[in-house]
Amino acid sequence: MAGFWVNMGPQHPMTHGLWNMRVKIDGETIVDAEPEIGYLHRGYEKIMEVREFQKNVVLTDRLCYVSSITWSHAYCLAVEKMMGIEVPPRGQWIRVVSLEIQRLASHLMWLAAFAPDLGLLTGLLWALRERELFLDLLQLLTGARMNQNFPRIGGVRNDLPPDFDKYCKKIVTHFRKKLDEYEALMHSSKIFLMRTQGVGRISAADAINWGVTGPNLRACGVDVDFRRKEPYETYDEVDFEPQVWRGGDGGDSYARFVCRFNEMRESCKILLEALAKTPKGPYRAKAPRRAEGEGFARTEDSRGEALFYVIGDGDDRPYRVKIRSPVFCTMAATPIMLRGNKMADVVAILGSVDVCVGEMDK
Amino acid sequence: MSGHLVAPNLFELCRVLIGGILGILSDAIKGAAPPGSPVEGLRGLGDAILAPWLIDLSAWLIAITIMVTWAAAVMLLTFMWIERKTYSRLQDRYGIMISVWSLPFWPFSWWAKRRNKPTHKGLGWLQNVADGVKLLQKENITPAKADSPMFHTAPVLIASSTILIFAALPFSEGFLIADVPLSLLFILAAFSLAPLGILIAGWASNNKYTLIGGMRAAAQLMAYEIPLLLAVIALLFYSGTLNVIDIVGAQEVALLTIGPLSIPAWNIFSIPQFLGFIVFFVAIIAEMERIPFDIPEAEAELVEGWLTEYSGMRFGLVFGFKWLRAIAGSALIVILYFGGWSGPVWYTANLSVGGAVVPIPIIPHEVWFLLKLVLLFLVFVWISWSVPRVRIDQILNIGWKRLIPLALLALILAAVFAAFAPLPAGIR
Repeated sequence: MAGFWVNMGPQHPMTHGLWNMRVKIDGETIVDAEPEIGYLHRGYEKIMEVREFQKNVVLTDRLCYVSSITWSHAYCLAVEKMMGIEVPPRGQWIRVVSLEIQRLASHLMWLAAFAPDLGLLTGLLWALRERELFLDLLQLLTGARMNQNFPRIGGVRNDLPPDFDKYCKKIVTHFRKKLDEYEALMHSSKIFLMRTQGVGRISAADAINWGVTGPNLRACGVDVDFRRKEPYETYDEVDFEPQVWRGGDGGDSYARFVCRFNEMRESCKILLEALAKTPKGPYRAKAPRRAEGEGFARTEDSRGEALFYVIGDGDDRPYRVKIRSPVFCTMAATPIMLRGNKMADVVAILGSVDVCVGEMDK
Repeated sequence: MSGHLVAPNLFELCRVLIGGILGILSDAIKGAAPPGSPVEGLRGLGDAILAPWLIDLSAWLIAITIMVTWAAAVMLLTFMWIERKTYSRLQDRYGIMISVWSLPFWPFSWWAKRRNKPTHKGLGWLQNVADGVKLLQKENITPAKADSPMFHTAPVLIASSTILIFAALPFSEGFLIADVPLSLLFILAAFSLAPLGILIAGWASNNKYTLIGGMRAAAQLMAYEIPLLLAVIALLFYSGTLNVIDIVGAQEVALLTIGPLSIPAWNIFSIPQFLGFIVFFVAIIAEMERIPFDIPEAEAELVEGWLTEYSGMRFGLVFGFKWLRAIAGSALIVILYFGGWSGPVWYTANLSVGGAVVPIPIIPHEVWFLLKLVLLFLVFVWISWSVPRVRIDQILNIGWKRLIPLALLALILAAVFAAFAPLPAGIR
């Protein structure tokens, strides 16, 4: 078939991070696609073997620079299971609070990247404006806007600052109004629907076979949310609705957009509920330096299933660490989503998938 | 009743001006070389510079210079500023802030930074000038395997054809260069030359992104020129002329009068022309390459589209002239559908100067025209920055399946309405 390969990356406005999407186009139609990744490979799993358990939290923070806490939390969870220590209730609740703020910040970053992909630069500025509020919350809680280094093996680094629930309530109230504004800018726009509906479709069977997880899988109508299915921390005690595409015929960019978008509303709900339910008490348990055994934890990251498998051999550092990155698996399924669509849809599809290169290349 | 400031027109004004200057010069030469003096031969020169052809030629050159300066410098920078400021506000930020008031502080910005004082605090009109200066300093890179002559021709073609529009585009009855009988045809022809330049640029850059961008420009041209011209044909049933000044003149009559306010018979107030206006409005956004239809330079997937390989001022020229095309497009809509420079209310104060009555316009035609131009441009800006970009196949669908039938409907309706004129009052 006639056609030529076009590199969309590694230096291209479409790639949010350093990677390359090669698409073969015939006229404007994509006949083949091939993701090229690995530009940002840092050998995380190997580096982690030579650092102590506690020091690895700093590394896992850098797995995804827009969703640090969820990643270091997943690592801490795996190590805790290996060591067999129990996080005190307050620590668990604070973790839920920080995870949900991080999820909101991450989803807002996704929204800020997705909107200009479609040519809607106003969406970028608006989403970043509200993301700033949640970064302020994170800064209040952890002291940093990025790479917070907040979860610890056995709990969290520090307690909630005074009046933190008040700030959260204020910001969430404000943010809910802004979410309606985003809806007016996006859901209600005919051109936005034209660009996203029916684009980049993947069937539920294909998505499961290729290992697509998280909001991208839920957009296909598969109800898998690890916060509900395998509750970790105290997610079994909070009341929330996993966002699954119920409209039928899902799996397109629009379904992915709606799932992620509505997840922000749910996160707001979880955040407020978790703050109200946080009990008094210690927030961090004592963790041993050395451990033997194996720990396995999977959590619902902002982008899908984050999995850590840690083996300790009695030393103060892990013997082996395995990271399962959701985006790495989703990326393998993108050629299926892309084939047959138009060239302009590359951005509409990959923007809706929410790529984070840091965790993808590990 | 003349309501325009540049009266009777730009050329005559320039001729009076240059005639006066040359007359003074001639007198000075003759005064310096009285008859019988050694330099008496210079008197011939004094007479020669008063030759009518020389005055005409100088007047033309000056008129063209004034128009180009006005359009491609003053209006261009102002409209860029309006757009950048407006969309910044839409996006909840200040936008550009360099103004003439921040100029004196530039050398001392180190001091301002240390004292935590704002270095740029103003309206930001000068930011575009600063950007232009920056682009002028940058290197013009020609890609190694580009088709160099074509690569260099394309920006010239785009820029010159855009300026060509202003040869016939009036800002009022007087503020124009040439009043040609088929000026609307000329403007539209000059308008649709630029996509050819885009196609050349896209091909000559020898880059896949630019090639796709150029091809998209060609496809878009096909889809949008036809409804645009059909809408203009529908308009011709009403105006009966292709001269823009006569088209505006036809709209200056009162449609109905409420008290002191008379609503003029603008073309937008008629049923078939309103349909034509919708077609023209959508098509002109595509002509201007503004955001819902800016697929030739869709920066999300094509980096910068056909502009990708251009750098320095060559980039600045083709990029900046997009606003010039936006001005021309908005001006066309104002002229064709919003009554041009005729305002709903304006009064002339008659001033008697030495026995002769000179009408002085209170709100001159030029002001009305610029007001409408800016308001319409703001609508374009508003649309551009609140909708995503449409895909190429969807653009072609809109063009061929929606706009052309609508334009044909407007055409048929206009023909019917024109055939059975005069219709009952109000319905046109």
